[in-house]
Amino acid sequence: MRWVFLALLVGLAGCATTGEGDPRDPFEGFNRGIYKFNETVDEAIAKPVATAYRDVVHEEIRNRVRNFFSNIGDVFIGVNNVLQGKLYDGFEDFMRVVFNSTLGVFGINDVASDMGIEKHNEDFGQTFGRWGIGSGPYLVLPILGSSTVRDGAGTALDLYTDPLDDVRPMHVRNSLIVLRLTGARADLLEASRILEQAALDKYVFQRDAYLQRRRSLVYDGRPPREPREEEDEEDRQEKPEKQEKPGKQDEKQDKQSNSYLPRIPRNYEAVMAAGYATTP
Amino acid sequence: MPAAQADDLAPDVLVKNVTREVVELISKDKEIRSGNRAKLMEVIQAKVLPHFNFTGMTALAMGQSWRKATPEQRKRLTGEFKTLLVRTYASALAAYSDQKFDYRPLRARPTDTDVIVNVRVLQPGAQPVPIDYSMEKTASGWKVYDVMVGGVSLVANYRTEFNNTVRESGIDGLIKSMQAKNHSLEAAAPEKPAEEK
Repeated sequence: MRWVFLALLVGLAGCATTGEGDPRDPFEGFNRGIYKFNETVDEAIAKPVATAYRDVVHEEIRNRVRNFFSNIGDVFIGVNNVLQGKLYDGFEDFMRVVFNSTLGVFGINDVASDMGIEKHNEDFGQTFGRWGIGSGPYLVLPILGSSTVRDGAGTALDLYTDPLDDVRPMHVRNSLIVLRLTGARADLLEASRILEQAALDKYVFQRDAYLQRRRSLVYDGRPPREPREEEDEEDRQEKPEKQEKPGKQDEKQDKQSNSYLPRIPRNYEAVMAAGYATTP
Repeated sequence: MPAAQADDLAPDVLVKNVTREVVELISKDKEIRSGNRAKLMEVIQAKVLPHFNFTGMTALAMGQSWRKATPEQRKRLTGEFKTLLVRTYASALAAYSDQKFDYRPLRARPTDTDVIVNVRVLQPGAQPVPIDYSMEKTASGWKVYDVMVGGVSLVANYRTEFNNTVRESGIDGLIKSMQAKNHSLEAAAPEKPAEEK
């Protein structure tokens, strides 16, 4: 499985594309195809199973299942925090594992959160981002969904180091993996319903949300604000090639094409003023 | 809380008060809990909407295209966008199930007129979800002009969609496409929301 999409990543990276679309998403046509495939699979299998899981299994039990997998995940969240140089956060993650695995009985109770040791959100994709690696083009992976070249490589590593992979016998391992996926999908049922309602074009909405979210996560919720005057929608449309070719030493330009912060227009003040003027 | 009173409140206090009040209302109201959308809409209409600047949100989401829109188009864009956002917000609120809120201290100077108020939603076995309200001081109190959930700005997220639609079918095309979206949601909803005339 992991090799399949590593191969896919390499294959995609090799495709040179020139297009009119969003500079962050040069493989849009291809991505939309995978997106459609994922939607079909989701509608046919994942969503019905997750809905049944939510409706049949009591919330208390679902919370424990979530906690159990979350506890295993904390080990690698800790590893990633250490790799990013955030030693204290990493220490907290390991303390969470210690408390939750013992007092929390194999992780089914999140006692660490009750003690005030909060869960973090880290993965290898974020670690690569922290190390200064740009996200690269947006990708939709089969089954796994939204990603980028960088995050896809991160996910490959996440899966490679996944402790569930080493569980034997095989049928136990497979059941655990299915349970984890089902729970994760069930947790997203509300979010996907809201997405359905909010988006004019679900593909675009989900892509932009993913890119914004990942950028925020790489910076642990505090992404730097972009300078206002640098971003002008009209400039962007007129000179897309400038955005697409990051210069050799022009780091700043590179960062820009990979940044997903809300773009505050240059005429922000005027726009706001105009807004108030026309408020009924 | 009546709008008149809200005028003098600090932005973080305002967010805290409104959140607490709304959460209390919806968790006590049996009809809302059992899925009465119209009643939920009433609560939102009365308690939440006065603190939002929808024209500002629409203008920011439109970016450069806002300048090219006529006053009539601006009004219609704002109206449709508001309907869309309010319905999405109602859906999110309807999914509320006793999560706890953590109100972060405001990091701003007293003279600031543009601040971000941080609230976090705590849930077991998952990282807290930050909700950041971008707020601006106006003559009628602090108004929200963007909401970021988990680092995703709502306004920025609509910008690409809006730009694409305007590029393909113009501003009127965008109005039409939002109208169609709102109508399809209205048709799908079991109860007619109070928001519609």
